[in-house]
This record gives sequence, structure tokens and C-alpha cells, in this order.
Amino acid sequence: MPLFNKSTQLLSLQIDGFLDAVAEGGLVFREGVQAYLAGDLDRFEVRCKAINDLEHKADDLSKAVETHLYRHSLIPEHRGDVLGLLETTDTIIDTAKTSLFQFSVEKPAIPGDYREGFSRLADASSEAMQSLVLAARTFFRDPEAIKDHLFKVGHYEHEADAISDALKRSIFAGELELAHKIHLRYFALNIEKVSDKAKEVADRLAIYAIKRSL
Amino acid sequence: MELVLFLSSGLFMGWSLGANDAANVFGTAVGTRMVKFRTAALVCSVFIILGAVVSGAGAAHTLGRLGAVNALPGAFTVAMAAGLTTFWMTRLRIPVSTSQAVVGAIIGWNLYADTVTDTRSLGSIVTTWVACPLLAAGVAAAVYVLLKRAILRRKPHLLEMDAFTRLSLLAAGAFGSYSLGANNIANVVGVFVPDNPFRELHVLGLAITGAQQLFALGGLAIAVGVFTYSERVMKTVGSGLLHLSPLAALVVVLAHSITLFLFASEGLEHFLASRGLPTFPLVPVSSSQAVVGAIIGIGLLKGGKGIRYGALGEISLGWVTTPLVAGVTAFVLLFVVENVFDRHVYRDVSYRVDAAVIEKLAGEGITDPGLHQLRDRTRVNSERLQRDLKRGTKLGTREILAVIDRSQLGLWHVDPAVVARGLDRDWFTPGQIAAVREISGRSYERRWRLRDDLAVVTSEWRPLPATKLNRIRNNELELKLEFLEQTFLVRPLDEEAGEDGLSDGAEATQRAPAAAHGSNSTSSR
Repeated sequence: MPLFNKSTQLLSLQIDGFLDAVAEGGLVFREGVQAYLAGDLDRFEVRCKAINDLEHKADDLSKAVETHLYRHSLIPEHRGDVLGLLETTDTIIDTAKTSLFQFSVEKPAIPGDYREGFSRLADASSEAMQSLVLAARTFFRDPEAIKDHLFKVGHYEHEADAISDALKRSIFAGELELAHKIHLRYFALNIEKVSDKAKEVADRLAIYAIKRSL
Repeated sequence: MELVLFLSSGLFMGWSLGANDAANVFGTAVGTRMVKFRTAALVCSVFIILGAVVSGAGAAHTLGRLGAVNALPGAFTVAMAAGLTTFWMTRLRIPVSTSQAVVGAIIGWNLYADTVTDTRSLGSIVTTWVACPLLAAGVAAAVYVLLKRAILRRKPHLLEMDAFTRLSLLAAGAFGSYSLGANNIANVVGVFVPDNPFRELHVLGLAITGAQQLFALGGLAIAVGVFTYSERVMKTVGSGLLHLSPLAALVVVLAHSITLFLFASEGLEHFLASRGLPTFPLVPVSSSQAVVGAIIGIGLLKGGKGIRYGALGEISLGWVTTPLVAGVTAFVLLFVVENVFDRHVYRDVSYRVDAAVIEKLAGEGITDPGLHQLRDRTRVNSERLQRDLKRGTKLGTREILAVIDRSQLGLWHVDPAVVARGLDRDWFTPGQIAAVREISGRSYERRWRLRDDLAVVTSEWRPLPATKLNRIRNNELELKLEFLEQTFLVRPLDEEAGEDGLSDGAEATQRAPAAAHGSNSTSSR
């Protein structure tokens, strides 16, 4: 039985649109890193522009949802939690965008030995983002089932940590100049930060889900 | 002018009722911020007025509880006392039962007027304090568990759930407000119907009766109470006792309505009994106590830690205090009105046990040798007769109340002019109207003589055996008989009038029927 009126339906579409943008941002981030690692700079710049657009879209939708929730006094009990969720989720796509833009600005030279490590790190961070988006969608419908998705976010964040740690050890154990090593570590850290942000949001979401449970 | 003054106290009571009782229907919705106060107040006011005007029509035939008070200045004072008590409780943010304030104030009047109080009405108040919250708590816990299961199965979107809860709270609030208006309007203005200053109006071909205009005015008074002063009690109900989720807010409203429906609905009892199904016991219930009970039920279901027991204690104290304060206030105000403003706040009603009364009682299975010792002496109030009956007989409380009722003296004249004007055809059956025509012109000094005569003419005026199936029919019959008694009452008979020599059933000189208040049947029967 659909109980949505048009205005609530629009709001629901806006929230879905926001989460779509974040999920797509995660995929674009991974593709962007891989394009850079493959040396396909044209494809990489297209991804940079795409993630920039997605980040703007997510920002706009987040603001629209916030305004709508306050104007119509909707979900008074969970309004703060939902707005907190949107705000912190927005920071993940922000972080992903910043990370990709740093590649574009600084153009780090990544030796072939480390490319697979960076690629796997980007994969893990992107997966953490995807799982987080799934968890957020579940929060709106079935808070009891959110644990499975939150578990996956944690899993990918651990994986990203492990890959990043191995990558940094391998970089610092190699023959590169110290400045180059530090430069590469900086990029590893920035990619890893995406999964860290996803984990932070997941931790908040776990609390929100407890508050939503009946 | 005097009537306007008297009416003002009824309207004040309506205002205080609106200020306090709106919390029962919209308190949880406003307290959980699901419905804005202004929206709640608007919906509540509109539906209260609708309920008062549309469904309160039945109240045109009843004076409400204040009908027990047999003089208009007394009714004014009793309404004022009940209104003041409810207002005080509202200031303290405590949800109380306005009906209990009215009953308390009437008991104050009974004490002042030396009229016997039916102790069953006191017993029912005490029962309501305990049974009603307990039942509502159980119902709320059950509803909560069922609703939770349904939600877990269906998994609605948070926004969908929000829309559903909001809509349900508004709908339940609107229905509750309609009932609030329909059920309470008799208490607010019912006693003024016989002296109604409003005349029938025709607007766009629609006839609006004087009673409906009076009810609209009463409904408006309740609505003003909702708008101006109900937010305080709403906050207590909505968030003062327990932090409620919107879903719990909905459960409270549903549980409150279900409790009232299951345990107070004679219609449901009749429906079940007529199909050979077990019925729910009918117990006295109150909206305010049901709502508080439902909130506590949810709190206990969640472990009981979130309940603010201090607030609960204050509310319980408020419940006990309300009828007591109303009674004392009424007593003091009656003294002031009678002695300072020189207004008679009650009319004397005399009682006499004679051979006819003893025979009538014997027919009902009430016999006691002591009754003969009390014969043929007129008592100036029911309190004295009760004292003599307690001293001189071994009758129980119920029997004593029956003796008092049958011994009441008065003059009831079935005025042919009133009969000719016609009785409400929508309410009385053709057989009942024909029976009233048959006895037109007769006078009675005992109420039960009038009843007996009607019952002789047609079985439609005879009560059926007291079973669950017959309860509605018998209650309706009782209401109609009380209406006739009020309509045909010329005056309560004091000792001298009793010696006028009017013989029961004899033709009497045509007298103009007095205003339809004079029976103290509620208190003495």
C-alpha cells in the first residue's frame, strides 16, 4: 500500500538519488585510479570530471533533503540521524574526489611494482563505499538487517588497512628516493582514507539503527 | 440575563474540559512532534464542534450529569466547581477526568442539599483509577507487539512509516475529538437545554435547531480551551511520562480507543451476546486514565526503566485529588451563592413511605418489617429518610436506594398541551407516543406511578429482564422515562403540597409544567 504523497515521494527519490551518486562516485573513483595506473590520462580526466559532478549532485541533494525535512517537520524522531547520515556520507565522496584530484594535480610517478598494490587499495576502498551505501539504504527500510552490510564495510576497511600497510612497507623497503617514497605514501594514505571515512559513517549508522529498532 | 450568567459556568467548564481532555486525543501526537500543536488544535476543535452538533443531538434528551442538580443556580455552581478543579489540574499539567470532577462536585452538592449519594458512583470512580489503566496497559502492550510484528514483516521505508504514523495519529485524533465533543456536550450545556435562549434558524434551506446552536456554543467553548490552554497537558502526556517514539504514540492512541471500545461499549456487548459469544466485562473507563495506562504499558514492555515514576505519582495524586477538591469547592461555592447572592441552589424534595410504596416495594421483592414503623411520616430530604431506614430496617444499600426512589414525592402532570405539541418521532416509537397520549391529562405524585401507567398501556414502556442482551434497550427506555419525568414534572412536592390531597392517577387541575430540572434521580436512585 503506497502511503507516500508526492512531496514525500520526491524526498524519497532525492535520498535515493543522493545514495546513487555516492555509490557511483565510489565506482568512478576506482576506475579513475585504475585509469591513472594504466597511464590512460584522458580516461582518468573524464573520471575526475565525473566524480566532481557527482560530488556536486550529492551536495545539492543533501541540502534539498535537509530543507525538505525541516520545512515539513518530517521524521522528527530520526531527522537528526538522517541528516547526520547524509552529511557524513557526503564526506566520503568528498574524500574520494579530493584523492582523485590530487592524482590529477601532482601526477605521482608510480613504479610498475606498486601499481597492483594501489589498484587493490582503490578496489577495497571502493567496496567499502559500496557496502556503506547498501547499509544506508537498508537503514531506511530494515534497520534490523543493517549488521550484514556494516560488517562488510568493516571487512573492506580492514582489507584496505592491510593492503596499504603492505604497500607502504614495500615502498619504504625499495630503492626509490626518500621524497618519492613519501610522495607515494601520501597517495596510499589518501586512497585508504576513503575506506576509513566509510568505516566512520558505518559506526554512526550502527547507533542510528539501534535507535530505529522497534 | 441570569441564564447567560448561568450558561457562562457551563462554558467555563467546557473550556477547562478542552484544555485538559484534548491531551487524550492529541497529546502523544504533539508530544512526539509528529503533529504540530496548531494543526492538532485546529483538527481537534473542528471535530469537537462537529461531534457536539451532529452526534450530540441525543444529548438534547438528557441533561447530562448535572441533571442530578435540581436548581439552575446549583447546576451553575457545580459546573463552576468542576471547571475550576479541572483548570487547576490543567495548570499543574496533570491529565484528569473531567467527568470525575463533575461527579465530585455533584457529591458536594448532595452533601450541601442533604441528598443521598449513590455510593456506587464513588465505587466506580475508584475502580476506574485502578482497572482502566491496567486494562489500557495490557491492550497497549498487545497492540505494540502486534504492530511491531507487522512492521518487521512489511519493512516499510522510514518516510512511508512516518507518513502512515502521522496520518493515523491525525485520523485517530479527529475521531477522538469527535467523540469528545459528542460525549461531553451534555455535561457542558445539557442542563441549559430546557431554558435554551436560541431559536431555530434556517440557513440555506437547512434548519439548525436551538439545541444545536447551544451545542455549537458549548463545542466552541471546548475548542477555545483546546487552542488556548491544552498544550501543557499535551506535553505531559506526550513526553512527560515516558519518551515515546512516534509508533508508540500511535499505539497509545489506538490502545486508548480499543480499551474504551472493548470495556465500555454496550453495543459491542450486545453484538457478541446476540451471537452467543463471550463478552468483555463492562467496567467504568475514563479517557485520561486509559491514555496514561497505555503509556505505562509501553514503558513496562520496554523494561520500565524509561518511565518517569515521579510524574506518574503526581498524576495518580491528581486523579484522587480531583473529585475531592471538586466536592469541597462545590460545597464552599454553594454556601457562597446561597448566602451571599441569595440564590436557591437546590429545591427541597420530600419523601414519604406509605402503604402504596410498601406494596410497590414488596412487588419488587423488597420487604422489611421496619418499613411499617416508618410509615406516613414525611421526610424533608433523602438524607433523613436514609438515616431512618438504616436505623429502623435491615435493608442493604441497594434496597435503601430503591426505597428512597419509590418514596419521593412530587407532582408530575402529563400536560395535554405538551403531548399535543408532539414527542420526538425519531426517538420515541409510535406505540410509546400512543401510550403517552393515552395517559394525557393525568397527574401523579409518585414517579413510579407514571411509569407503571405507561407500562400498563403498552409493553414498549416495560423494561425487559436485566440480561446483557437487553441492556441497551433497557438503558434507552430508562433515558426516555427520565426525559418524560423531567418534561412532565411540575414541582418536587414538599410536605404541604403533599397534603394537597392529590390522589395518584387522579385528574388534576391543569398546571403549567415547570422547567425540566427537578429530579434528583441520579443521586438517589
